[in-house]
Amino acid sequence: MLDAERIRADFPILSCRTNDKPLIFLDSAASSQKPAAVLEAMDAAYRTCYANVHRGVYALSEEATRYYEEARDKVTAFINAAAREEVIFTRNATESINLVAYAWGRKALGPGDRILATEMEHHSNIVPWQLLAQETGAELRYLPITDAGELQLDALDDLLDERVKLMAFTLMSNVLGTITPAAEIVRRAHAVGATVLVDGAQGVPHLPVDVQALGCDFLAFSAHKMCGPTGIGVLYGRRALLEAMPPFLGGGDMIRRVELHRATWNDLPWKFEAGTPPIVEGIGLGAAVDYLNRLGMDAIAAHERDTARYAMERLSALPGLHIVGPPADRRGGVIAFTFRAIHPHDLAHLLDTEGIAVRAGHHCAQPLHARLGLNATTRASFYVYNTRADADRLAEGLEHVAHMLGKAV
Amino acid sequence: MTPSPYRERILDHYQRPRHRGSLEAPLAVGEIDNPVCGDQVRIAVRLDADERVTAAFDGEGCILSMAAASMLAEHVQGRPLSDVRALTDQDILDLMEVELGPVRVKCALLPLRALQAALEELEDR
Repeated sequence: MLDAERIRADFPILSCRTNDKPLIFLDSAASSQKPAAVLEAMDAAYRTCYANVHRGVYALSEEATRYYEEARDKVTAFINAAAREEVIFTRNATESINLVAYAWGRKALGPGDRILATEMEHHSNIVPWQLLAQETGAELRYLPITDAGELQLDALDDLLDERVKLMAFTLMSNVLGTITPAAEIVRRAHAVGATVLVDGAQGVPHLPVDVQALGCDFLAFSAHKMCGPTGIGVLYGRRALLEAMPPFLGGGDMIRRVELHRATWNDLPWKFEAGTPPIVEGIGLGAAVDYLNRLGMDAIAAHERDTARYAMERLSALPGLHIVGPPADRRGGVIAFTFRAIHPHDLAHLLDTEGIAVRAGHHCAQPLHARLGLNATTRASFYVYNTRADADRLAEGLEHVAHMLGKAV
Repeated sequence: MTPSPYRERILDHYQRPRHRGSLEAPLAVGEIDNPVCGDQVRIAVRLDADERVTAAFDGEGCILSMAAASMLAEHVQGRPLSDVRALTDQDILDLMEVELGPVRVKCALLPLRALQAALEELEDR
């Protein structure tokens, strides 16, 4: 079991106060806080070994390049990719998915083809496919969810046939917390010849992920949700697919040779990394991977399951509180709920005055909220640095809000 | 520290909204959504012989948007159209006596946007 109290000391921001109260940060599903190890690695990079990468012949640039590319090796090992060439640095998970839609989808899809997503996707795993469908004439369909907030796997057989060229789904819902049976879905989608993209934005920071065991063709995730900085994300792609794809963005670093009217592309992974990359962010991501590895992804997942189970017990005991999504044993540390008739914006605002940071709204999953018959929910999300005490503070905060609003709501 | 906007006066307007409901024979109706939370506000407007405003609101939303709608509807009753047209975002915050961050300010201004949409419709008439 993780020692969350000791882990808290690794995160400088957690000793800050907000609204004159100790900060209880419960919005890591939106973006996680950063441990000192990441901040220090990035600070040291700017202070002692910063220069542009892949260009300079001087020692400083070579050193920066080495650190940046070492980060790629760390990510490669972290997700157990077969080769570093399969790990593309992007801006974030959203850009990773858009890269696939643009560079793979426009060639691979045509009229009559189908894209299969699910009803629990984040907008970033819906809108790129809408754009792609509009452009190629392909049809976008959705695997439905159950009322309990899990994928209706028995509907998969009806929806999966050889017309489905792409299946795109999340490893963990950012609203329901649902952990999807990803390896099974990948296997069934592959059986009809579909290419499979897994949205790992929520899953990768919280669960051990092995892309070879998972079998997916693409995996997208962001550094900022896994203790790393903003501005850098990852696209894992199977080498054969990446090699067949045209570039995403054109510019420096992604080319081998440029003439006035044509160019040839650099090798993988740089073919997809045009322009000066987020160098120091890459180094920060590498430090975040080191940090998560030190704690152990199995231990992190177990800690979050335990904290979420406890939080669900505490919250469910409050009259008028309704949690959306499956039971604790089938979810990660994301708990979205409604509380009496209190509007999520009012609730989040009032909790903030108690020092408790939660998210309110549709959490970039409007179709999912429509399916649930809700406009908005309030979401508390837990990470390595959250404790049972945070769940207690949340439950007390909710009681306080209920008391304060009295009969008004 | 910014004082909480959830004071008695705001809660009172939320609990006992003024001028909520529909308006008989409205001249214009403005409707607006806050896509972030699905809130909706509708404001119906009528003018009497000397261009004075009668307004009623309806909708669903958070305490701030609903209290703002009630306070705005109360504020504009019987006022000359020209005064109502001149209302600014700051006027609403002054009316509510609140200070709000960039996200919550949208909630408070939703009713004014609905009213402005109604006034635009009046102009097009």
